[in-house]
Amino acid sequence: MSKLSRRNLIAAGLVTAGSASGLAIAAQLGRRYGLIPPDGGGLYGPGETLTYAAQRILTSHSLAREFPRNQISRPPFANEVDRLPDTFQRLRQDSFAAWRLTVDGLVARPSSFSLAEIKSFPRRSQITHLACEEGWSYIAEWTGAPLSHILDLAGARPEARYVVYRSIQPDWWESIDMADALHPQTIVTHAMNGDDLPVPFGGPLRLRVPRQLGYKSVKYITSLTVTDSLKHFGKGLGSASPEGGYAWYAGI
Amino acid sequence: MPPSYSDTIPQMADSAFAPISAPAGTARPRHHAVVRTTHWITALAFLALLVTGGEILLSHPRFYWGETGNALSPPLFKLPLPASRRTVPTGYPYVLPDQNGWSRYLHFQSAWLAVLTGLLYVAFGVWKGHFRRHLLPHRDSPYNPLQRLTYLLVIFVLFPLIIWSGLAMSPAIASAFPAAVSSLGGQQSARTIHFFVTILLVLFLLVHLVKIWLAGFRKLVGPMITGRATEWSAYE
Repeated sequence: MSKLSRRNLIAAGLVTAGSASGLAIAAQLGRRYGLIPPDGGGLYGPGETLTYAAQRILTSHSLAREFPRNQISRPPFANEVDRLPDTFQRLRQDSFAAWRLTVDGLVARPSSFSLAEIKSFPRRSQITHLACEEGWSYIAEWTGAPLSHILDLAGARPEARYVVYRSIQPDWWESIDMADALHPQTIVTHAMNGDDLPVPFGGPLRLRVPRQLGYKSVKYITSLTVTDSLKHFGKGLGSASPEGGYAWYAGI
Repeated sequence: MPPSYSDTIPQMADSAFAPISAPAGTARPRHHAVVRTTHWITALAFLALLVTGGEILLSHPRFYWGETGNALSPPLFKLPLPASRRTVPTGYPYVLPDQNGWSRYLHFQSAWLAVLTGLLYVAFGVWKGHFRRHLLPHRDSPYNPLQRLTYLLVIFVLFPLIIWSGLAMSPAIASAFPAAVSSLGGQQSARTIHFFVTILLVLFLLVHLVKIWLAGFRKLVGPMITGRATEWSAYE
């Protein structure tokens, strides 16, 4: 300890003060440009914030890879699904004719679209990769209405920052930022490999977010809420995933 | 201690700012503070990456080549381990608890720590001529050719490759830099490469630890912590 010179102490003090003010400025900039994820607090907050901020800067407008038809996985793999609620079974008996997707929150025209209406919207088909956080993956052709089109129909307001989406399975709800919500490849999917989307893969409606891992592509979606803050949804961590210990941003 | 061991000590040290036999008192630190700090942060981050990587692997202990692979496709090989998910055929009658959530959070946080620390170390090494003097072929290099090759391989091939193959598994990175994935043979190939590079890094770590053990633990670990040759090693 006696070897600690005044010069060393001053240098250490300057480095500490410099780092602290650097961090404070970075946090301020991060908040202003929307680079801090809703689960950016806590023990793993620094890593999550670095990942989300870096990937938002690098990938905001990048397109997920699309593959030739001969690379479609046969057969594709459907992960297991918890028991579906009775309401789902009732809708299924009627071929999902009564299935609806509601849109509310920061929109000019809160709306409710039937499955048939969604199937009549402009379509996008894309052969993309679906990777699960567990490590496995497959490629399929997904067809649906771009989420941006549905947000346009409902008139999403300019202060919108996130879209929350919920499954008919009560424990499943997620959210994405506007970079992903307005991304051309983020589609409300109703068909896979040329047929109606099978139930094990999320039929009748699944939101496909191909630039993130599979758990962000929630199956059986029934509602969308446009918002400028995630503080009042669930525990305020952004979605059910962080509440269950998983990262909100799953671009990695 | 047989003399042959002490002969290896100056060669093994990861820095030679001062010869090990410099007189006490006038000796500059054996390892520079930047080298010591980055060494131990890297060690800590690597340990966290290894444990959490193992946990993540347990959710699907099968490997594939190409873009895709899942429980319905033939694996390149599978590890004889139980899994933390019911959907993976393992041959074991039980399923391990799912630890992926915190493992993934900690894995990526540790990866950031390792990458930022590694960049600092490489920038420092280039600036101070550390690599040129100690690791490239050089008349007075303190390392033998095999050691130089090993350190160069670890620092400039294995570390970059494990970061690259890790990033190539990210769907967002794949969208921005598709060539980073296709040049490795696909997303599942990247995962398989990530696994094999881990094995090589663990082998390096084992050899590193065994050599330190053989050469005298306190002699080499002391300088890596305090920067000073200890009384045990200074004049041996």
